[in-house]
Amino acid sequence: MIRRELAVTEYPFLKHVKYFLMAIVKFTYALEKFFPGIKAIPATGNTLREILDEVEARYPKIQHYLLDDQGKLRNHVNIFIDGSMISDRAGLSDAFSPNSEIYIIQALSGG
Amino acid sequence: MKPTMLLGTRKGFLAYHLKNGRWKVEKLSFEGEPVSIAYSDSRSGTWWAALDHGHWGVKLHRSKDRGKSWEEVAAPAYPEGEELKDGEKASTRYIWSIANGGNAHQSRLWVGTDPGGLFVSEDAGNSFELVRSLWDHPSRKQNWFGGGRDQPGIHSVVVDPRKEEHVFIGISCAGVFETEDAGKTWNVRNKGLRADFLPDPQSDIGHDPHILVAAPTDPDTLWQQNHCGIFRSIDGAKTWQDISEPEGPARFGFGIAVADDNPDQAWVCPANSDTTRTAIKGALCICRTDDGGKSWKILRNGLPQENCFDIVYRHALASSGDAVAFGSTTGNLFFSQDRGDSWQTINNYLPMVYSLQFAD
Repeated sequence: MIRRELAVTEYPFLKHVKYFLMAIVKFTYALEKFFPGIKAIPATGNTLREILDEVEARYPKIQHYLLDDQGKLRNHVNIFIDGSMISDRAGLSDAFSPNSEIYIIQALSGG
Repeated sequence: MKPTMLLGTRKGFLAYHLKNGRWKVEKLSFEGEPVSIAYSDSRSGTWWAALDHGHWGVKLHRSKDRGKSWEEVAAPAYPEGEELKDGEKASTRYIWSIANGGNAHQSRLWVGTDPGGLFVSEDAGNSFELVRSLWDHPSRKQNWFGGGRDQPGIHSVVVDPRKEEHVFIGISCAGVFETEDAGKTWNVRNKGLRADFLPDPQSDIGHDPHILVAAPTDPDTLWQQNHCGIFRSIDGAKTWQDISEPEGPARFGFGIAVADDNPDQAWVCPANSDTTRTAIKGALCICRTDDGGKSWKILRNGLPQENCFDIVYRHALASSGDAVAFGSTTGNLFFSQDRGDSWQTINNYLPMVYSLQFAD
């Protein structure tokens, strides 16, 4: 149960809870260069914005790497929820469930 | 001559240092990252790196120890709701110029961006604010447009050392704007320029200065390498005179440098017309004028004269005393210690060079 281990690492009080559901946020390895040691984290937010706020709290300045000045997902950044690319890149209103896997990746590019 | 050269390149920030008569790389920072501007603030010695991450946006870093360590600061960002045009949201796409605000304003820093916003910091770069008066200028949405880039951009910020509230900026494409009150109000300064690509070449706004510089010893003498020629003003940009060679190579190009001890001496890097953007006839040359643009000398000694495609981007030509240096689009770095009469190659294997500055 990697997810449970991650969640307990992040929130130690959860070790007393037998069953729970938390979304997990994973990151492309390309972000390692700017955020050394970045790793997947559990998140409790109800919207993608709330989730990204949790990510920002954990990795300060990261939102400006993912979102442009107006809060829109950058052109060459993608977010997948349970394997599907989100569709609302400006409003970040795509739905997910408490046990979703939210994967933040980059588009590939040339040299 | 200042003994350091800072290069912003497509693959990193390079600092060269002159030691025992040889240029050696002192420090490579941000390896692999596009650095649109590498800048040293002469007041404090702080180095600035403007990064253009393709995926992750524009970032700004500074170093107070000659690149040994870097600190990321919040890059200039457009306030929520700002628009390029009606319905199109604005976001910083590129940092295209950095200039310190002068000795009377030790903490002031100007940053010019694509898509056309000028930002100012009053706290040494800890935070930046959009210069609202220029962004809200009635001409912006109507008459500014991209030149070389998709959106208009501010590539030149020229601070008058005699009165540091007096600043000129160069916008591609809009032209030259001047403020005398540190950005509260603006004058358009394009009289005498020619925009051959517009229906009305004498239009007030819509010009394409590729770079704007002032003579350090006479700030009323301004020079610009423009898309449509080389222009000079001796009256503080109130009027501009075309000083291009009608048939010679000194006409189209991007960079221009003015001697720091002579307002009549300047260098340009000629390129083929805007259709090909290559070295003229496959041969690289620099042109220098010693008489305010009345005549130009072609300088080729030591530069490649065949099978050459190099051109020089707008921030990649600089001078310091008798020294002149430039970096090219194909990664060559050339240096002259006799004002361009002869050239030596410092490196043939660099990434594309975006900016070059002499520093202490």
